[in-house]
Amino acid sequence: MSNILQMIKTALLLLILMTLFTGVIYPGVVTLLAQTFFPKQANGSLLYLNNQKIGSKLIGQLFTDPKYFWGRPSATPHFPYNALSSSGSNIATASTLFLTIVKKRIDTLKQADHETQLPIPLDLVTASGSGLDPHITSYAAFFQVHRIAKARHISEQKILSLVQDQIKKHKVILGESRINVLELNLKLDEVK
Amino acid sequence: MTLTGIGQILFYLFILLLCVKPLGWYMAKVYRGKYIGLKFLLHPLEKWIYRFCNIRPHQEMHWQQYLFAFLFFNLFGLLLVYALQRLQFYLPLNPQAFPNVPPDLAFNTAASFITNTDWQAYSGESTLSYFTQTTALTVQNFLSAASGMALLIAFIRGITRQNTKDIGNFWVDTIRGILYILLPLALAFSIILTSQGVIQNYKPYEKIHLLQPTTQTEQIIPMGPAASQIAIKQLGTNGGGFFAANSAHPFENPTSTTNFLEMLALLLIPAALCYTYGALVKDKRQGWAILLAMLLIFIPCAGLDYYAEQSKNPQLTSLNLHTNKNMEGKEIRIGVANSSLWATATTASSNGSVNAMLDSFTPLGGLIPLILLHLGGAIFGGVGSGLYQMLLMIIITVFVAGLMVGRTPEYLGKKIEPFEMKMACCAVLITPFIVLLLTAITTLTTSITGTHGFTQILYTFSSMVNNNGSSLQGLDVNTPFYNVLGGIAMLIGRFWIAIPILAIAGSLSQKKNIPATSGTLPTHTLLFILLLISIIIALGALTFFPALALGPIVEHLLFWGNNAHQ
Repeated sequence: MSNILQMIKTALLLLILMTLFTGVIYPGVVTLLAQTFFPKQANGSLLYLNNQKIGSKLIGQLFTDPKYFWGRPSATPHFPYNALSSSGSNIATASTLFLTIVKKRIDTLKQADHETQLPIPLDLVTASGSGLDPHITSYAAFFQVHRIAKARHISEQKILSLVQDQIKKHKVILGESRINVLELNLKLDEVK
Repeated sequence: MTLTGIGQILFYLFILLLCVKPLGWYMAKVYRGKYIGLKFLLHPLEKWIYRFCNIRPHQEMHWQQYLFAFLFFNLFGLLLVYALQRLQFYLPLNPQAFPNVPPDLAFNTAASFITNTDWQAYSGESTLSYFTQTTALTVQNFLSAASGMALLIAFIRGITRQNTKDIGNFWVDTIRGILYILLPLALAFSIILTSQGVIQNYKPYEKIHLLQPTTQTEQIIPMGPAASQIAIKQLGTNGGGFFAANSAHPFENPTSTTNFLEMLALLLIPAALCYTYGALVKDKRQGWAILLAMLLIFIPCAGLDYYAEQSKNPQLTSLNLHTNKNMEGKEIRIGVANSSLWATATTASSNGSVNAMLDSFTPLGGLIPLILLHLGGAIFGGVGSGLYQMLLMIIITVFVAGLMVGRTPEYLGKKIEPFEMKMACCAVLITPFIVLLLTAITTLTTSITGTHGFTQILYTFSSMVNNNGSSLQGLDVNTPFYNVLGGIAMLIGRFWIAIPILAIAGSLSQKKNIPATSGTLPTHTLLFILLLISIIIALGALTFFPALALGPIVEHLLFWGNNAHQ
């Protein structure tokens, strides 16, 4: 009996001690080091415009205006790109419902730009896993150049070179070739 | 399948195998009590912990004592995690003022994290305070991993020792696992993660003004101490994300570099433990043989899953798409190859974190993870728990082989007798039984939609009972029914198996070693490895084949049949 009591006492003491070590000291030390060496990243890689927080480089935003590059469809609850509730669509891709949704997404893209004959970029008609994907493929960016040039009344060449600059700046080794939508749109607003 | 995709998968396996020997060697040293590297810093701390907690490190335990220590430690862990969630509103570090977690959800989450399952019925960024995330969940990420490893080490002692009832000291094994293995790795890994953009702070959520205001003019961006938890969730095969989207969330997995490293961390310790095993039983070939058996199942699964996800969706062929592969529920920076590789690795090991939404995988792409769950976590598996599941499979294989030639089965000089076999069967059969029973009950009592609905239920219970934690998120599981039933299922999946494991350890340690003769079946040969793989597949796959046939297999056939004209 005293053996069991001793065991219970040890279990409790060790749990408290380990909670202190791995639940308070460990995350505290990581926070201290992260805030010292990588403060920008540790605080969410925020982007600023005129000293105002305009978003995070890593968290996508909803764009529906034809003069901006659009990101991927987002299936977060309540409204798209709801950063408080990351989620994918979780739709079964073998269901007919999926076909209906993809068709609807294609229609939205076509309505924004009747003239383009280019094939539809897959990433602009499939929802991301987090609902917050900050990237699109480079093809999806090229696809949208025509629409944006028309909406902004500037030459396609200017926008095209902007996209190419972004591709060159962020070379990728692993994963797929991609462009950050928010950063690209911020650059786009600078173009006169 | 693309060449770069296959290249990335091979590169991953190559780096993983490079890490096996050094880490495995280091862990063997740690569990032998030989201090290396971090001695000057950690050894005084270790001794102080023993004094503070009243632990006599040289006093060893019989298997029952070891079991009770394990159970008490986890029981108090369960109560603490439950209490912290129920009281989080009154506790500090809750900048968003989240209310207390409801009782059924709090029970489910507590059971989930102490059993190394890390099933998540909640959405992290809108439910849990920073205090709950760190002091309740991060802590159990360490403790459940370390106790799993402790159980494995006790099992190995059962094999290597003779004429004794002692199988080690649970407290010592657990403390060493945390101090010398998990903490240093997690610390280094979290710093690397933050350098890439994983957040680590205690700030209130950021409110920003959108570049293009729509119906929303602002976006609230969650903050928090994420990196410290993500590092250990991957290393300890826990898998519970800081955010709802888990490692698909850009704050958990911001670049393809973090994706690669998180994927590496996912199999790192389970793979290295094979080497540790070989070192501890003083026959390294045994460890390599086990690793090879795991790889021979893992690699085809990874290849098949990649193939399924990269294939054209026949529904979409007529839509003039630029490319046609499965990108629904996947992130651009991760891509199809790394999403399918992750899905295979996370279900083979009992990690359960995801970087793409499994519910949107193709029927075949979702079948592979489900099969891997059904193999009982023996392929890599959880840290510690995976390898002891594999050792159970080996005991069964040795026994079957013994029956075939009419000899008393032996493993590493230990006779495998009816007691060991009974215990091994207890452990191996309980999970399929519970999974199928709960799936049947749920299917009969709730309304389900089609084959995919059935697959969702089967997946849910397979994941929970096998302590995996990944999910098909289309099914709403945050209901009292799933929370309570699931919580119990996870507890059974973890603790029911711990009992026979330690009982076998206690029985084997008392036996004398018999020297190998010409009649002994060698357990490191290719022949034995193939036999072992056959037994694993026969046990796992055959038990579940009827259920799989009703779920993903029918879904696949219907889908391709209906779209044959395409």
